[in-house]
Amino acid sequence: MGWEIDPILVALVLVNLLLLGASRLASCVRLVAVQGVLLGVLALLVQVGWSPWRAVLLAGGSVLLKGIVFPRLLWKALRGAEIRREMEPYVGYTLSVLLGLGMLGLTVWVGGRLRLPVPAASHLLVPVALFTMLTGLFLIIARKKAITQVLGYLVLENGIVTFGIALSHEAPLSVELGVLLDVFVAVLVMGIIIHNIREDFDHIDADRLVSLKD
Amino acid sequence: MPSAAGMLAGLVLAPLLLGVTNRVKAWFAGRHGQPLLQPYRDIARLMRKGAVYSPTTTWVFRAGPLVSVAAGIVALVLLPLGGSRALMTFSGDFMLLFYLLGTARFFVVLAALDTGSAFEGMGASREVAFSALAEPALLLAMAALVRATGTRSLSGAMGKVWSDVWVPSMPVAVLVASALAVVLLAENARIPFDDPNTHLELTMIHEVMVLDHSGPDFGLVLYGSALKGWIFAGLLAGVLVPVRTGNPWLDGAVTVAGIFAVAVGVGVVESSMARLRLIRVPQLLVGAGVMAALAVLLVR
Repeated sequence: MGWEIDPILVALVLVNLLLLGASRLASCVRLVAVQGVLLGVLALLVQVGWSPWRAVLLAGGSVLLKGIVFPRLLWKALRGAEIRREMEPYVGYTLSVLLGLGMLGLTVWVGGRLRLPVPAASHLLVPVALFTMLTGLFLIIARKKAITQVLGYLVLENGIVTFGIALSHEAPLSVELGVLLDVFVAVLVMGIIIHNIREDFDHIDADRLVSLKD
Repeated sequence: MPSAAGMLAGLVLAPLLLGVTNRVKAWFAGRHGQPLLQPYRDIARLMRKGAVYSPTTTWVFRAGPLVSVAAGIVALVLLPLGGSRALMTFSGDFMLLFYLLGTARFFVVLAALDTGSAFEGMGASREVAFSALAEPALLLAMAALVRATGTRSLSGAMGKVWSDVWVPSMPVAVLVASALAVVLLAENARIPFDDPNTHLELTMIHEVMVLDHSGPDFGLVLYGSALKGWIFAGLLAGVLVPVRTGNPWLDGAVTVAGIFAVAVGVGVVESSMARLRLIRVPQLLVGAGVMAALAVLLVR
C-alpha cells in the first residue's frame, strides 16, 4: 500500500515547501490548486479499496472545488483588488523554507510517536498531514496580504483533509462532503471580504488593519 | 582490474564530457559546433605554451591549478562507477572525496585571491558563497544514500542503490538524484548558475577566478574542472542508472554511458534555460539542500 501513495505524499511536501518559497501570488494560487488535485488523487488511491463510489465522489469533489473553483475565485479576487503581485512576507522566503524543513522534522518526530486508533495507509501520511497544517498556519502568520491568509487557510484545510484520509473509513461521507461545502462557503465569503476591504481602504495589507480604531 | 579501468576511463574521457555538452548546445542552436575532441586540443595547445606570471603573485598562484588537478585525480581513485567498485574503498570514504573537492576549490580560490585583482576577488567570494550552500546539499544527499543502504562507503552505497533505495522508496532516489543534479550544475558552473561562455561579464563566477592563469596552468585548470565534472556526473549517473548486474565490467560500462547521458542532459538544460538572476542562485541551492534533507527524513 505504502509505495504507491508515497510519491504523492512527497509531492505534497514539495508543494508545501514551494509555497513557503514562492514570491508571487499567482504561483501560490496555482500551487494550492495543484495541492488540491494531489489530495483528490490521494483520496482516490487510499479509499478505492473500501468503497469505490465514495472514493470517486470525494476525489471528484476535491479536484473540482480545490483544483478549479477555488483558484478561479481567488484569481477573480486578485484581479478585482488590483494589488501588487508579490507576497510581501514578514519572514524571508529562504528562511521560510528552512523553517519549513524544521517543521517537517518536528512533524516526522511527532508522527512517529502518535498512536492512531487505526493503522494509517503509510507511515508518512500523519507527518505530511501535520506538516501541511503547520505550513498553512505559517502562511497565515508570516505573510501580509489578506489573500495569502485565505491561501493559508486552504492549505491548513488540505492538511486536515489529509489527516482525515489517514482515518477515512471511520468518518461518514456526509461529514466529508459537509467539510468541502464549508470550505467552499468560507472561500466565497473571504473573497467578498477581500473585495470590501479593498473598496474601503485601497489595499489588503493585513498588518495595516492594526491601526484601525472604532 | 575493472576498478583500474574505471579510473583510467575517468582520466582519459573527462574532457570529452565538455565536448559532448558543447556539441549538444551547438545542435540546439542549429550550428555545426566544434569537434568533439576540441577540449583535448585546447589542453594540448595550452600545455605547449609558456606561462606568464604577474610579479604580485606568489607560489600560491602556481600551486592552485596543480593542487586542483592532483585532488581531482585522487578523488577519481575513490569514485565508484555504479556497481563497479572504486580502486580504493573504506568506511567513510565519501567524506574524503568531498573534502578533496573542497581542497581543490580552496586552492583555486586562494590562487584567485593571490592575484590581488578585485575582479577575481569578487569571483572567489561568489564561488565560496555558493559552494557553502551546495556542500550541505551534497552531504545530505550522500547521507540519505548511506542511511538507506546501511553501508558507509561510497562503493557499497552505490552498489545497493537499486535494491535498497529505488525498490523500497522510489521518492528518496528521485529526491537524491534531483539534489545531486542541482549541485552538479552549480559546482561545474553550468547555466542556471553561471554561463561558461561568458568571459568578461560581471555576473560570472568560475571563469572570473581563472582569468590570470595562462599556458600550462590554464590547461591544468581546464583539465581539473573536467575531472570535477566527471566526478559529479559519475555520482549522479550512479544513482540515476541503477543497473546492477553484478558484473563490474558491464555495470561500469553502463554507468559510463550514463555519465555521457548526463553530459547531454547538461547541454539540453543549458540550451533551454536562461541563467538565473544572481539573487535566485542561493534559493535554488537551498532548495537542493531541502530536497536532500527531505530524502534523509524519508528513509525509514
